Amino acid sequence: MTETVQTDDAWKKKVALFFLEKKNGVAYFLLIPSLILIFGILIYPLFYSFYISLHDYVLTKPGQFPFIGFANYLEALQSNFFLKSVIRTLYFSFVTVGVELILGLAVALVLQQKFVGRGFIRGLVILPWALPTSVNGIMWKWIYNANYGVLNALFLKLGLIDRYQVWLAEPLRALHLVMLANIWKETPVGVLMFLAVLEQIPRELYEAAVVDGANTLKKFWYITLPMLKPMIITLAIIKVIWAIREFDIIYIITRGGPGEGTSVLSYFAYLTSFKFSRMGYGSAIAYLVIVMVLVIGIPYFRYLRRQGVD
Amino acid sequence: MNNQTKKTLNRILLWIAVLVIVIVVIAPYLWLIISSISNKIDLTSVPLHFFPKEPTFENYKKIFFGGRGVTDAASQFGQCTLNSLIVAFFVTLISMVAGSLAAYGLTRLEFRGRKILGTSIILPQILPPIALIIPLFLIIKGFGLVDTRLSLIITYISFILPLVIRLMMGHFASIPPDIEEAARVDGCTRIGALLRIVLPLSAPGIAATSIFAFIIAWNEFFFALIFASTRTSKTLSVLVEEFSSKFGADFVSMSTAGVLASLPPVLLALIFQRFIVQGLTAGSIKG
Repeated sequence: MTETVQTDDAWKKKVALFFLEKKNGVAYFLLIPSLILIFGILIYPLFYSFYISLHDYVLTKPGQFPFIGFANYLEALQSNFFLKSVIRTLYFSFVTVGVELILGLAVALVLQQKFVGRGFIRGLVILPWALPTSVNGIMWKWIYNANYGVLNALFLKLGLIDRYQVWLAEPLRALHLVMLANIWKETPVGVLMFLAVLEQIPRELYEAAVVDGANTLKKFWYITLPMLKPMIITLAIIKVIWAIREFDIIYIITRGGPGEGTSVLSYFAYLTSFKFSRMGYGSAIAYLVIVMVLVIGIPYFRYLRRQGVD
Repeated sequence: MNNQTKKTLNRILLWIAVLVIVIVVIAPYLWLIISSISNKIDLTSVPLHFFPKEPTFENYKKIFFGGRGVTDAASQFGQCTLNSLIVAFFVTLISMVAGSLAAYGLTRLEFRGRKILGTSIILPQILPPIALIIPLFLIIKGFGLVDTRLSLIITYISFILPLVIRLMMGHFASIPPDIEEAARVDGCTRIGALLRIVLPLSAPGIAATSIFAFIIAWNEFFFALIFASTRTSKTLSVLVEEFSSKFGADFVSMSTAGVLASLPPVLLALIFQRFIVQGLTAGSIKG
């Protein structure tokens, strides 16, 4: 009896020691909660969603789950609506990110100068980022309002228009206004990141350049820009990825309209799955978005690996 | 042009640039605030009064305490605030506990499967949310959990937990391993060293990450739009949007709700701006 108790105790101790001290044991002990969560609500759903995308699964037809191979993907690739959404998504992403980066850099360069109240104003720049996307959406929708919007009032006062405009009535203009709302919200990320990098550029570099007779433009071109390059590349890729996924701002301001004029891929996938209940087709579209993101994202991962972060 | 005038000119240009930046950053949000303290007549007059003749806090009172002419959306405000708080709090708590442990394991220990986990925590950053929302919706529906706060807590963890792991890895990496080694020489187990030495030392990192996670969870819109449809689980994010679409044209209440819903994240971000910058940096640079 006593012997078994002892071995029992010894065994318990061994187990405890494994999880509290041994490398692999400790690692699993630490990681199990996260592993379960990440597997259950991230990895498994992703595979499940691919599985659904191979079926003609319509929510309003319970019990029917016919396997149709890649038919959903083919349907998307042949659909005019889908292809137009792809073009709109790419246009939205590359233009907003381009503008955000240029504006972000310009603002960062201004806020890097020394002036009274600099700390306060740098802090203020975070405001657009902190707003919930839904508040940002209703705020701009209200500004653009055709009957009472402040944009109309302001432009009228400045004499830029002679009567109130329905700003969101024309597809391309609506798309541009949605992009503007997004740019306003997303630019601070770039500003803050650029500032963080600018802060770290050694002053001696500039001093040495001045001794060599460099002017402001040359200092920017030969010192500041090369130092910012890694950050610019990182931001460009990650922000394009974020922009390709954009849904909130479009849903809130235009609901993809007028017509389908501002419908981007995420919105198209949302409509398909949750308005028309076609879960299989919706999943296929989502997977096509993943492919698009990966095409852009893979260079990013390569870049990260080169920097030694894994 | 001599040096002095050139300097003055530069100064003036700098101040103009700063002024433009401040106006562009503040103006849209300021307009939302002004709209929230206006009355309907001022706000819908043409030509517009850019500042109300008699600013009023009546709309705030109405949204908090109800009263005559309160719309359906306004009456849901309290409940939705509570939902937002509960969801954001539990998502942050669960993600912080699980995520901090995992981040420590990933930074300090070499073990089998490290690469796979390291890669999977980058996924939410690149995956379109819709790719997760469709399968999660079907799973949540299967469990009969649609329109519950629990469904939001579970699904938010899918992107907040990986974020927490990434941020906490950055903080743990900045703590020198020698300190733990010393503790272990003194007889601490690895877990003991983590709990007694490393966690207290990373308190600022834990605070920063929690605030970041809370803001992201509070601001989330897409998942809540799909999973929460009635007041039992609807979050403020979704309610604010409904003011502008479902309930006619009550621009004043809409602005009031918008200002209130944005106060927690805006205040947190303004007070803890340093933390936010850390979070953004680690969040995007370290994948």
